[in-house]
Amino acid sequence: MSAAAEIVFDRVSKRYPGREEHALHELSLAIPAGEFCVLVGPSGGGKTTALKMVNRLVTFDEGDIRIDGRSVRELPAVELRREIGYVIQQVGLFPHMTVAGNIATVPKLVGWDKARIRARIAELLDLVGLDESDGARYPAQLSGGQRQRVGLARALAADPPVLLMDEPFGALDPITRARLQQELRRLHHEVEKTIIFVTHDIDEAITMGDRIAILRQGGTLAQYDTPDAILAHPADEFVERFIGEDRALRRLALRRVGDVPLGPVHGQSPDGATVAVTATVRNAVSLLLETGKGEVLVVGDDGVPAGVLTLEEATALLRS
Amino acid sequence: MTAAGPVIPNFGHGSACVTGDHLFCWDWVRDHWGDTLEPHLVQHVELTLIAVSIGFAIAFALALLTHRIRVLDHPVAIVAGLIYTIPSLVAFQLLIAYSGLSTTTVVIPLVGYSLVILYPNIVAGLRAAPPEVLEAARGMGLTQRQLLTRVELPLALPAIFGGLRIAVVSTVAIGTVAALVGDRGLGYPIFQAMGLPTPFRTEIYAAGALVVALALSLDLILVAARRSLVRWTR
Repeated sequence: MSAAAEIVFDRVSKRYPGREEHALHELSLAIPAGEFCVLVGPSGGGKTTALKMVNRLVTFDEGDIRIDGRSVRELPAVELRREIGYVIQQVGLFPHMTVAGNIATVPKLVGWDKARIRARIAELLDLVGLDESDGARYPAQLSGGQRQRVGLARALAADPPVLLMDEPFGALDPITRARLQQELRRLHHEVEKTIIFVTHDIDEAITMGDRIAILRQGGTLAQYDTPDAILAHPADEFVERFIGEDRALRRLALRRVGDVPLGPVHGQSPDGATVAVTATVRNAVSLLLETGKGEVLVVGDDGVPAGVLTLEEATALLRS
Repeated sequence: MTAAGPVIPNFGHGSACVTGDHLFCWDWVRDHWGDTLEPHLVQHVELTLIAVSIGFAIAFALALLTHRIRVLDHPVAIVAGLIYTIPSLVAFQLLIAYSGLSTTTVVIPLVGYSLVILYPNIVAGLRAAPPEVLEAARGMGLTQRQLLTRVELPLALPAIFGGLRIAVVSTVAIGTVAALVGDRGLGYPIFQAMGLPTPFRTEIYAAGALVVALALSLDLILVAARRSLVRWTR
């Protein structure tokens, strides 16, 4: 299968029988190949509905969805689904199969030979941060975080160009969730897949997405853009409210101090506050406010000062 | 039958224990294992296996049908419940009119009872797969049939074994009544010993003990089979 595929929603609409309001109303969305797209919004916004239309677990009334130019309606549903990874919040591992057996599901369905499947299982266990010995365990013997790692490995097993994730980290504790979010970002850089990721959590959307589609009640698209652009220029009052009043700080959280222009170092007082180049601008600003010093010293990995950040420079970032 | 002794006409050449009708006579068991107990034990095993196998086959087919066509579940469950309320004695009497004093007459009610026990268990088992497991399976591109054979049936095994254990044990117990239709199963020596002027206790106890031992052994075999097939539960 190919590395990644472009996904296009073309005026897709759906109304459930007996409902006045649309579940999804003329959704048009182009997700470039290899991008991480987050669908976010309040419940009733149709984000899960939209996601499940891609692998046809939910039908649509009007419009079309195309993967690399080919309509999802062209293939039989089971064949389409074998080319699309699918991860859900409750994971849904097969309790009667070992971790290895779970991961092998789709490769077996599409007829890989045993040696290839075995090699792929080992590769995936490593990719999602599990031990090779975990392959022989049953789902009941795993923690919640480990289960979702297996769920992810299972979805990636046959190397699908597209990965659909429905609130995959929603049931995990905050620490595990943060770790898996980070690892999924890393993994996305490594495996080159087009990912559609559903969440109701705007923080998660901002952390994870290359692009965010915000859906509102009635299944209409409120805004579709990069996290930075949405935070800088919310399309309307709904988006403004949804992203929260601290959107300036959220924007600063997207930038690392090492990536922004810094002022020259001059006679820094020894008790002055310092941050690492890898820290976010938001954290640096927090430190500025705490110390009240007006500037904070940025130091590199080797401990050598890289420059200073002032409140004025941070403010200027928000104007850009 | 030739009456050879005053107390126990059938077993005239018995020991003092037998002729004196003591509580339990091991020597009688030893002497009559080959001609009385063993053949009836074998018959009993056969009756049980035939009845449960046929009952299982029908219950399984019905369960697959109503699993696919849900509206049929309720009617089938009601009919099954009604079958269970028919007393076995009445069932044998009714069937003698059709199939005479044959094995068929005995097996049909036994099949009915095991079917009625097995059906709800198999249905419950097929529905035991959690909804998120089914959704994940569909999302990965399993066909209906693959869903059934690779997910629903394996997950139904614990409930199916639970049903089989009850069906086997109760068929062994109900099977003793089969002797009313003729010389079949461990019920026969029991009824025979009870029918004597003075009931012969050793024979009743020995055959009764074999019924219990048979039920326990078959149950243990099922427990072992479940263990080897269902490995995922701790």
